[in-house]
Amino acid sequence: MPQIFHRSTNTIARASIFGAVFIAGLLGYLAYEVNQSPYYTEVNVARQQPVPFSHKHHVTDDGIDCRYCHTSVENSSFAGIPPTHTCMTCHSQIWVNSPMLEPVRASYRTGESLEWTRVNSLPEFVYFDHSIHINKGVGCTTCHGPIGQMPLTWRAHTLYMRWCIECHNHPQNHVRPRSEVFSATYQPPSTFAPVKFEGVEYHDQDALGRRLVKEYKIKPPKIITDCYTCHR
Amino acid sequence: MTDRKKGKKKLDLVKIRTELDSSPAPQLWRGLEELAGTEQYKSFLHHEFPYHNEKDSRGISRRNILKLMGASAAMAGLTACTKLPTEKIVPYVQAPEEIIPGKPLFYATSMPFGGVANGLLLESHMGRPTKAEGNSQHSGSLGAADIFAQASVLGLWDPDRSQVVVHNGRIANWSDFLDYAGVLRQELAATRGAGFRILTETLTSPTLAAQLADLLKQFPEAQWHQHEPAGRDNVREGARLAFGEIVETQYRFDRADVILSLDSDFLCAAPGSVRYAHDFAGKRRVTDPASTMNRIYVVEPAPTHTGVQADHRLSLRAAEIEGFAASLAGKLGVKGVAADTESTPSEYKWIDALARDLQNHRGSSLVVAGYAQPPIVHALAHAMNAALDNVGKTVIYTDSIEPNPTNQSQSFKQLVADMAGGKVETLAILGANPVYSAPADLNFKENLLKVRRRIHLGLYADETAVECHWHIPEAHYLEAWGDARAYDGTVSTIQPLISPLYDGKSALEVVAALAGHPGRSGHDILREYWMGQRKEKDYEAFWETTLHDGVMAGTAFAPKTVTLKMQFAGAAPQAASNAGLEINFRPDTNVWDGRYTNNAFLQELAKPLTKLTWDNAALLSPRTAQELKVENEDVVELRYQGRTVRAPVWIMPGHADQSVTVHLGYGRTNAGNVGNGTGFNAYALRTSDQLWFGSGLEVRPTGTTYTLAHTQYHHAIDGEKELKEESAAAEHRDLVRIATLDEFRKNPDFAKNPPDQTSHAESLYPPYDYSKGYQWGMSIDLNSCIGCNACVAACQAENNIAVVGKEQVNLGREMQWIRVDTYFEGNLDNPRMYNEILPCMQCENAPCEYVCPVGATMHSPEGLNEMIYNRCVGTRYCSNNCPYKVRRFNFFLYSDWTTPSLYGMRNPNVTVRSRGVMEKCTYCIQRINTVKIKAEEKDRTIQDGEIVTACQQTCPAQAIVFGNINDPNSKVSKLKAQSRNFGLLTELNTRPRTTYLAKLRNPNPEIPEGQD
Repeated sequence: MPQIFHRSTNTIARASIFGAVFIAGLLGYLAYEVNQSPYYTEVNVARQQPVPFSHKHHVTDDGIDCRYCHTSVENSSFAGIPPTHTCMTCHSQIWVNSPMLEPVRASYRTGESLEWTRVNSLPEFVYFDHSIHINKGVGCTTCHGPIGQMPLTWRAHTLYMRWCIECHNHPQNHVRPRSEVFSATYQPPSTFAPVKFEGVEYHDQDALGRRLVKEYKIKPPKIITDCYTCHR
Repeated sequence: MTDRKKGKKKLDLVKIRTELDSSPAPQLWRGLEELAGTEQYKSFLHHEFPYHNEKDSRGISRRNILKLMGASAAMAGLTACTKLPTEKIVPYVQAPEEIIPGKPLFYATSMPFGGVANGLLLESHMGRPTKAEGNSQHSGSLGAADIFAQASVLGLWDPDRSQVVVHNGRIANWSDFLDYAGVLRQELAATRGAGFRILTETLTSPTLAAQLADLLKQFPEAQWHQHEPAGRDNVREGARLAFGEIVETQYRFDRADVILSLDSDFLCAAPGSVRYAHDFAGKRRVTDPASTMNRIYVVEPAPTHTGVQADHRLSLRAAEIEGFAASLAGKLGVKGVAADTESTPSEYKWIDALARDLQNHRGSSLVVAGYAQPPIVHALAHAMNAALDNVGKTVIYTDSIEPNPTNQSQSFKQLVADMAGGKVETLAILGANPVYSAPADLNFKENLLKVRRRIHLGLYADETAVECHWHIPEAHYLEAWGDARAYDGTVSTIQPLISPLYDGKSALEVVAALAGHPGRSGHDILREYWMGQRKEKDYEAFWETTLHDGVMAGTAFAPKTVTLKMQFAGAAPQAASNAGLEINFRPDTNVWDGRYTNNAFLQELAKPLTKLTWDNAALLSPRTAQELKVENEDVVELRYQGRTVRAPVWIMPGHADQSVTVHLGYGRTNAGNVGNGTGFNAYALRTSDQLWFGSGLEVRPTGTTYTLAHTQYHHAIDGEKELKEESAAAEHRDLVRIATLDEFRKNPDFAKNPPDQTSHAESLYPPYDYSKGYQWGMSIDLNSCIGCNACVAACQAENNIAVVGKEQVNLGREMQWIRVDTYFEGNLDNPRMYNEILPCMQCENAPCEYVCPVGATMHSPEGLNEMIYNRCVGTRYCSNNCPYKVRRFNFFLYSDWTTPSLYGMRNPNVTVRSRGVMEKCTYCIQRINTVKIKAEEKDRTIQDGEIVTACQQTCPAQAIVFGNINDPNSKVSKLKAQSRNFGLLTELNTRPRTTYLAKLRNPNPEIPEGQD
């Protein structure tokens, strides 16, 4: 009976046994990279919208407050997406003939809603509440990123559980005075740009954060990282 | 299902009876199968979900299981790689002023049931009604609601509802009907309405009655009939017999210390029962040995919710109750009834003691007769209440809440006779389903076909709809404007929560069309009618207030003075004839007269005591079953007055002998996908002269069997005790702790766990400091609980709990998070009965948590035992380790993810679970979190009573209390501090957060034990 396999197959077999470990590792690494990549997380990917709405223009150039459009952000779980009527409060007066705004006018004329593509979405089993975060000194830009610099809106963070938990574990690293919550340009305190809170100037986030956590009675991590805080 | 049958052992009732009778103390047991020790019972006792070794219902072999396991492991990994789907956000064009996205709104409305309004508050999310709660401003509700109200939201979203106007079997539309109505009016005008008949259900709506009166004025020859299958003709006729006029009888259970129910299930099946349950339970609430408690005697043929509450219960055949009432009336000195004590039949047992007890409580006693009893029993009850000086105290008479109180069955019979005689040209049926629910001897369907023009308005294209020329989809009460009166006459408004989903029309709108006002909206009709009735300075403000409150203030009827006219000459005590078996017709506790047959929530709700789901059965007593040589699930042929029906048997301990109870509402053919083919049609045996019971029933075993899905043995608690070879009865005694009021006074700590059960608190895990913050706990008062199932239905509606269907229920896979366990005590023929509601105990040392390999069930710092759906991989170790068996597993994709109309029904604050996920009671975490966030934002602590769980909110008896046990002043802490407080299976060191207050009975000391 002739030899079926050539001698060289021994080497291949040996190599593939050891190689399997590396291949498995490589696959795992690739999966992780894909998982973290903008392709998957949609971080920094600007979404196409029926109207190319620019937060940059409305927030930075025009200085419109977040709450002008996102009306329920302070007292509901959902921040609220403005009805067409809100757009038309200005756009019935300015840019009335802009072709870009035709879908808005059409919506107002016909009573058909605009259909925006959701940028920041969470799975159904996560129950996020805007009002409590606003109330505890979590600024809009903390989660939504530099919204005042976004011509088209993109997701600034992965919104993965790991990312949420990081803040729930160390709220002092992220909170800001309530008066600054809606500021699109707020920067955490630094040596050269201190942040004032109740008459005291703070030069580093840690000191300010600890003060605010105490002041705003933010519950200890043990309570706010409990599963039922977000899952029900 | 075959497995179950194989293990089925013949029930040896003789042996069971001797064993029970020979036991020195009354034993506690869950059912006949337990006493007989059948395999089926044991498999449910030892496993939460019994194994099906050879074959699952789907026939999967071991080899296939391995293949599937491999594949599912791989697939499960892959599914984690899916991207979140792209979602759209669709904002309003013009935002409604009051809607804040993410926050529910509550609107007051009323649910008409048998014509009578139950006040409700409806929760609405972005315009979708999702959950019904009681309206605390409504006299008939006081904030509580019953199972029908809880399930009615599913009724609104039911995809099987009729969706289009149908004319001669073809799709038409509302304007076609309006045209038709115009033509019809011309024809009717020519004959002054001769041959025009209107058939409705019982009506209390003042507006609709006024409209009908207007219609009848236009067509003087026309007539209006009412048809209510579970109607209250006996109540009306009883009042007429006693007082010469039809009056409404209201009971004040909050003032009654001694109550006698003559076949009346006033706690669950009477107008005002939610209020009555509230008042009744209030008189049974005991805080310390000095407290008092009411005493209730119940005489009834088949056990009911009220019967379970009885301190003394007597099973009599329905026909014998008249004799009992007459005999008692004689003893109470009712004029005209012979006070013949010597001839008192021995089976009346404690009637003398009862008479003395009633006499001793003149002015604070109460005799209540049920709607199934003939008028004479009602008249006797009125006379007894008068003789006991109860009138004006515990019994109040008012004008009838119906605008047209008549003998409905007589009028209905007349209608059918006229139809048969060709006198009816046009018949408009508004809401009723007489083809299904009319007594069989009237041949309604056959006679209906003789009517030239048949118009039907109904929620479903039901049995009647398909026989009519016109069918108009009816607007659900959550879609329509209207009004109705509460049990005490209070005008309750019905306001829509949503526009009609299928362009349905209300009876108001259809009658308006027939009366020559086509196109008038229900709102205008209602508003203008009341504008004419009320002389308000500021009508707009009055109207707004009325709609806001759901009730029109000050419209409850004033008490009315009535005088007894009847002399009871012919009402001497008499024994009922013993000829043959008796048949009892009762509306089903869940689907009622058939109107809720297509409601899956109600179908799957285990019925009280029998614990049947998805079916009705012929209930009979163990002794009668022995005589007939039948046992559970045997199919028998019931022959009554020449008509036959086949029905499965269910042996009901505590049922009267020589009597068979059948429930209406099943065996429908056009109910919808859920209700079709469930159970048997008891209407097929019902006759118009004896609507509720009659004798001469023949029962013939057929030799076949029919599987009934009953849940009595599901989740049976299998404690350590059995391993120590102590009896199951001793185990049960630990699970449900009972004493009489006297025993409690002598030993207030009777329910306390023995020290050895609480001492071994050692644990492998480091102790957790529960002394800070909120610590949630619950107390359930077994003494107040009436076992009405409202908590189960409320939980199901609040928490998006799926319905699984009969086959899955049979495998022990029903999903309700809270269950009502029933225990029997004593002998087979007249056992005492106890209910124990069982949600998750939220153990501090929860056995489920330690065994979860993926951390899907965790412990919260506030003492909650959490279930995290998205982490769960479905090992079922947790349910395996739960001694209380409160965990439920999604064996299949039970939640309906595909039917669009059901999306609307769901509570957006609770995850809809998918296949392969464990779930259980969360103490309504969504409600806790909502309140917690609100309190945190206001920088204050949560007040006691601010968080109300769904089961607690709906409970008519207020038996469930939830709160912070770290606050010594909270209601729940105070209840837990009571001496009756006990926990279940505390010897396992689980430290349950849900604890119970022990059950008390208040037997009459004159009546010896064992005679009750």
